[in-house]
Amino acid sequence: MTKKQKRLLTRILLGLAAFGVGFTLEHLNLAPWAHWVGVGLLLISWLLCGLEIAWKAIRNIGHGQVFDENFLMTLATLGAFALGDFSEGAAVMLFFQVGELFQSIAVERSRRSVASLMDLRPDVALILRDGEPEECDPEEVEVGDLLQVLPGQRIPVDGVVVEGASSVDTAKITGESVPADVAAGDKVLSGCINISGILTIRAESEYASSTVARILELMESATEGKSKTESLITRFARYYTPCVVIAAVALALLPPFFDGWQFAKWITRALNFLVVSCPCALVISVPLSFFGGMGAVSRAGMIAKGGIALENLARANVAVFDKTGTLTTGSFRVTEVSPLGMAGERLLWLVAGAEEASNHPIARAIVAAAPGENRKVEGLREIPGRGIYAVVDGCEVYAGNRLLMEENGFSPEEPPQGGTVVYAAVNGAYAGAIALSDTVKPGAAEALAELKRQGVQKTVMLTGDREQAAAAVAGELGLTHWFAGLLPQDKVEKVRGLKGENDTLIFVGDGVNDAPVLALADAGVAMGGIGSDAAVEAADLVLLKDDLRGLPRAIAIARKTMKAARQNIAFALAVKFAVLVLSVVGLASMWLAVFADVGVAVLAILNATRAGR
Amino acid sequence: MRKSYALEDLDCANCAAKMEAAINKLPEVEKATVSFMTSRMSLVVPEGTDMTALLEKIQKEISKVEPDCRVVVR
Repeated sequence: MTKKQKRLLTRILLGLAAFGVGFTLEHLNLAPWAHWVGVGLLLISWLLCGLEIAWKAIRNIGHGQVFDENFLMTLATLGAFALGDFSEGAAVMLFFQVGELFQSIAVERSRRSVASLMDLRPDVALILRDGEPEECDPEEVEVGDLLQVLPGQRIPVDGVVVEGASSVDTAKITGESVPADVAAGDKVLSGCINISGILTIRAESEYASSTVARILELMESATEGKSKTESLITRFARYYTPCVVIAAVALALLPPFFDGWQFAKWITRALNFLVVSCPCALVISVPLSFFGGMGAVSRAGMIAKGGIALENLARANVAVFDKTGTLTTGSFRVTEVSPLGMAGERLLWLVAGAEEASNHPIARAIVAAAPGENRKVEGLREIPGRGIYAVVDGCEVYAGNRLLMEENGFSPEEPPQGGTVVYAAVNGAYAGAIALSDTVKPGAAEALAELKRQGVQKTVMLTGDREQAAAAVAGELGLTHWFAGLLPQDKVEKVRGLKGENDTLIFVGDGVNDAPVLALADAGVAMGGIGSDAAVEAADLVLLKDDLRGLPRAIAIARKTMKAARQNIAFALAVKFAVLVLSVVGLASMWLAVFADVGVAVLAILNATRAGR
Repeated sequence: MRKSYALEDLDCANCAAKMEAAINKLPEVEKATVSFMTSRMSLVVPEGTDMTALLEKIQKEISKVEPDCRVVVR
């Protein structure tokens, strides 16, 4: 508890004691003096709890804020005193303050739990100057500086290990919960905690552009995107209070004309209106729910950018995925060799010879699959956009795409299996084809199955790959739609076309070149850490860990959050409305009205914090 | 340009909403968000705005709603 809260608690406790004694004295039919002592104690209780509220009310009226909850509360309780309902007047103020205290504690706790998630900032950098470590602020580090990182310290900036070996805790940066072992030559990210050994690293970034600084910035700005629900409620609150107050005035003044001038009776009823006119329960429960939801998302190794992101995730019914890097790893493996006129092994061996020097992922996959080495390769020539030519152990080899074959007068046969295909001709004759496929990411199939179960009806894959390659992956993962052979700019068009009027569309990409599409989608999801600045800026949800299973988890959290927010709104409105109606017909006491105000706020807060777990 | 400031002693959610509405009415401010939960205010203002003068104006609006609440300027 903060100092302010402790002071409030003390006042409430004293007020409660005064109220208890005062209430007893006033209600037991003792001597008149005892009765008046009781009233005095009730007044003291009111002063203890309410003086601050009354003072705020006076100051705010000076600022032109008439329909201010402090003023309304003061008016309602003083009205009760004036009508002779001393215990009610004191109790309402007491409860009001109990509610305020509870609210402030709940908010404080929620703030702190999220703040602890943001506790990633490295405190200190040990810069090595002439071999001696010197304590500096991480912001003073320059690229190229050598830094020492002791066990238990956070790595201050991104860098490369030059000396030492250790394991580092990367959980809060990459979402990977198993510590990573690092040694000389390995990259380390800022914000990770060095666990065991002393490391010397060479700085590769300044603090401001380091991974940890970017994550922190992201988290801090995350609450700017207010949800539609929140804006709606704050707008509602702006009209709700004046309306209820006007209704209260009308209730106090009009009915007595037809009811034998019983002003006291109608004023009592009208005062109840003032007590329930405070919209605080409503206004606080919504952002508190979303805040809890965002905390839960952070704990799961993701960053959601504001309530609006959660709202769209919860509603999503179309999910569009980029293929490479999102659904597949981008590393290929040979799935089938269909030779013509020679053994498959031989074909693979020859093609691997031609591809040996290339760094292309497809070439690497063929070389990795081919048996044996020691080939003699001559006359290597790359044919841009087509493939490669080489003389391998005296055999002339063409290897590449269909176009290469046709241009050189060969007629290739389509292999039965889908995927990426490399065709080959050896010594002037078509010699067969090698089919490769991209490997599906671990967890991708599971994530898609879960999305389907969550009611995301349309799952779409976009890729620049060939038709067959796309079909193979789409089939393996059970996607409902896929589009192949797309150029990067086509993706934007496709996403625009996929989004029906009532659809909420999520786009998931690994970040490279995806920024325009991420921005276009209702909820853009960037996967695999904060690799690309533009993508992270444009995305609504960032999965720090390169694991698609985070997406259904985030959707589940978002839905739970939305449910809590909606329950809170419905509950608060229903109770307040019920109390208003009951007050008009004279069935509600001020006790009930104060429950409607404070009790609802407390329950809404409890429900909201529940959503964050 | 975007600016973000912490708010001290922001105690009531409805007040945060009122402040946000009031600050958004200032002609120098393109968009303002006051988040009760993070106790932060973020502003979008045109390049070259005199922040000291603007913050004073904003502080006045804030004080009208919640007299104890302060913008923290580092």
